[in-house]
Amino acid sequence: MISNAALTDLIIKMADDELIQGHRNSEWTGLGPVMEEDIAFSSMAQDKIGHAWALYRILHENLGGEDPDRFAFMRPESAFKCSHLVEMPNGGYDFSLMRHFLFDHAETVRYESLQESSYEPFQQLSKKLKGELKYHTLHANAFILQLSNASEEGYARMQTALNDTIALAAGIFEPSAAHEETLITEKVYPGEKALYNRWLDRIYPVLVKASLNLPDMKTVAPVYGGRQGFHTTHLAPLLKEMGEVFNLDTEASW
Amino acid sequence: MTSATITREDIYHALEQVMDPEIPVLSVIDLGMITGVEITEGEPVLIRMIPTFAACPAVSYIKDNIRTVVEKALGVAVTVEIDKQVHWESNRMTAAAKEKLKNFGIAPPPVVEGDVRPEIMLNTPCPHCGSEHTYLRSPFGSTLCRAIHYCKSCGQVFEQFKPLE
Repeated sequence: MISNAALTDLIIKMADDELIQGHRNSEWTGLGPVMEEDIAFSSMAQDKIGHAWALYRILHENLGGEDPDRFAFMRPESAFKCSHLVEMPNGGYDFSLMRHFLFDHAETVRYESLQESSYEPFQQLSKKLKGELKYHTLHANAFILQLSNASEEGYARMQTALNDTIALAAGIFEPSAAHEETLITEKVYPGEKALYNRWLDRIYPVLVKASLNLPDMKTVAPVYGGRQGFHTTHLAPLLKEMGEVFNLDTEASW
Repeated sequence: MTSATITREDIYHALEQVMDPEIPVLSVIDLGMITGVEITEGEPVLIRMIPTFAACPAVSYIKDNIRTVVEKALGVAVTVEIDKQVHWESNRMTAAAKEKLKNFGIAPPPVVEGDVRPEIMLNTPCPHCGSEHTYLRSPFGSTLCRAIHYCKSCGQVFEQFKPLE
């Protein structure tokens, strides 16, 4: 019997990352640098929010969690477990693109590993999501390569974006002090450390093709805290805006 | 009619009338969205379905449509359930469905063998002129299940129903 508390903790982290990243992606709607990119970020927003919803539903249906909408829109900031990476404002297209690249490869190795999970709902969901994620990484890889190889300015901006984002992205893999051992022993997932190494193996070849230099990861201090409910100042305004319509009337049916 | 006299064929026949709201030439049968039908005496007919993409916004709409169309056609109570044991892949789409899709102006997904690789998106035949002199403009299109391509032969942008493993 897998510990419900450990499963719940893992699912909330994954789902909150999807929800908040999905919301950030949606902020590109109408503002993308070219129409295809506007559509791409909007489509990925829809996918991410759908993935968050599927995870909240597992909580609701299998682990005694709240209704997915109420859980997404009515929790206080401190109850969120998203990483700081996804909380950051979109900034320029360079930062958004680099975050998308680093985040979606992290998602990919996570969902691939969950196909082997001892927790059955993860097996079902990960099969579905990993196929969809292929289009996210296909998109990210293509644009990282194109922009890095386009011009000196493009290359310089992508390298700067990588330097500015890598510590935040490494923070995705913040292990839980209370639950990590249990989840690994119970074979729910291989653990954050293993996923982090697989992630590096995935992003490295693409960065090499783009001639981008991955900083020496020994010198990079991952940005932790989000998984414990400590957040950047950017999360509170995002949550307020995201839940604005829902919270006008929390009992309304849509 | 009661559930005692209807057959699975009747149900499948009625389901051919339930169209996808985003691609109105394809039924839920064409798309391979139906995973099972159960007829039990004295109980509503149970129809199991799966969405194409996890975040498909049309799922509850389609679910309601299945219930109302089949109830109206056959006069029996129907329950529609999302089947969590099966996930949708583009290989579930019938050959006839792919032909209809092409005639509608959307390139059908190629048959997927094993994992989807990026190369599968290259040289997608243009649904307008048949040329393979095309390139992928974006893996994302007007709906989650579509990608955007450009045909260098006839100079038209076209959409493709994406292959999904």
